[in-house]
Amino acid sequence: MKPPPFDYHAPRTVGEALEVLADAGPEGKVLAGGQSLIPLMNMRLAAPARLVDINRIGALDTVTADARGVRVGALARHATVERSAAVAERQPLLRQALRHVAHPVIRNRGTVVGSIVHADPAAELPAVLALLGGTVRLARHGAPEREVPAAEFFLGPLESALQPGELAVSAFFPALPPGSGTAFCEIARRHGDFALAGVAALVTLDDDLRITTAKVACIGVGPVPVVVDVSAECARRPAASAASPAVAAAVRDRVEPEDDIHATAEYRRHLTGVLAERALRLAAERASHG
Amino acid sequence: MGTETLYDISLTVNGVVREARVPARRLLSDCLRHDLGLTGTHVGCEHGVCGCCTVLLDGEPVRSCLTFAVSVDGHEITTIEGLAAPDGTLSAVQRAFAESHALQCGFCTPGFLCTVTALLNENPAPSDEEILEGISGNLCRCTGYQNIIKAVRRAAELSAEQERDGTGEAAPAATGAAGAPRASGATGGATGE
Repeated sequence: MKPPPFDYHAPRTVGEALEVLADAGPEGKVLAGGQSLIPLMNMRLAAPARLVDINRIGALDTVTADARGVRVGALARHATVERSAAVAERQPLLRQALRHVAHPVIRNRGTVVGSIVHADPAAELPAVLALLGGTVRLARHGAPEREVPAAEFFLGPLESALQPGELAVSAFFPALPPGSGTAFCEIARRHGDFALAGVAALVTLDDDLRITTAKVACIGVGPVPVVVDVSAECARRPAASAASPAVAAAVRDRVEPEDDIHATAEYRRHLTGVLAERALRLAAERASHG
Repeated sequence: MGTETLYDISLTVNGVVREARVPARRLLSDCLRHDLGLTGTHVGCEHGVCGCCTVLLDGEPVRSCLTFAVSVDGHEITTIEGLAAPDGTLSAVQRAFAESHALQCGFCTPGFLCTVTALLNENPAPSDEEILEGISGNLCRCTGYQNIIKAVRRAAELSAEQERDGTGEAAPAATGAAGAPRASGATGGATGE
């Protein structure tokens, strides 16, 4: 349970980090909070030849929230984003989801951008980014930064659009639209563990408190977060009826869960329907009280 | 791995500047135990699940088994050895754990004490729900947790009493009391290793 040896780099600026990453190519791996990478290294499931530790790059330790949304720098810890009142005001789904990410002690060290780049299909933050239609900003030595939409960022389990030599410098989460509410519900065997299934929901109401859009993103039930737009099923119904058997069925039909030691695919599918109803109900309630 | 590059690092551990020469892959938990001889920090699962290795990094609890020592060069670390006052007087959290029978074998105790110390620093009067959430990342295989929860409530009371009596020096340490690090098992009754 000790990590294998690696060449260690500790750049102090983004430019320096990009140079090292360009030189390292496929051998390079970025270390931010390390709460996913170091367990993998301890268990010898990952053995990067060159580790680029970005913990000394203060310029990446940023969280900004304005009317457009929330931008989280690569070194911002889960706990910082979770505690930020400005973030909660602009996009409450972040705090709602972060409370389900592992344990408080892990959240003190783990980073939001790191969790997104890790692209675990059972993780909460990729689903948040996918549901909100956020983006990830990728930088590379000698090239302009590129902004990749969530829909193109998550390619498969633990696989993202991040290329060798690139550094994810920030992620952007669009602000909550007016008349909207969000919720995050999940079920795990043990508190703080990866969820068997989970659902993030976003509901937007018109002035008569009727549903105009309703969307969910499901975790743990597909190779990437599964976003399902159920606006048609909700079809301008009143907020109080956001959750319905038809909506749950629509969500169940779209997910692709697999059997594993923790639960059968059918159980996960069932849970996803139940959680979708719960999350949509809660999001609609919050939208109508908003 | 004789050719592995070694890094000179300096950590302020329990108020004392400590130097070590470590390979980049040295986990903070191993650095504390092997390089600095502070064996009070226990190592259970080494992949972040059990919470035994929890220490305070700049006052915030983190998993020392999921942190490279070289990453935290120049930072302040508080371990179980740094919770009591220099004269050996137990901190409020340590006293509460001893009084409430919140430990049996003691293996998980250093992690719990560091976690709870930070929890009460941030939230001096946590609700039962906040206590459960706060200690949810620490596993104990002996106590069944009930006495640990009682101990956290008791520690909150003791800290509040000390606050009122103006004997703040024994309150939970934020970044560690100064003084020479002592051997492991700072809580009476812990069996150490």
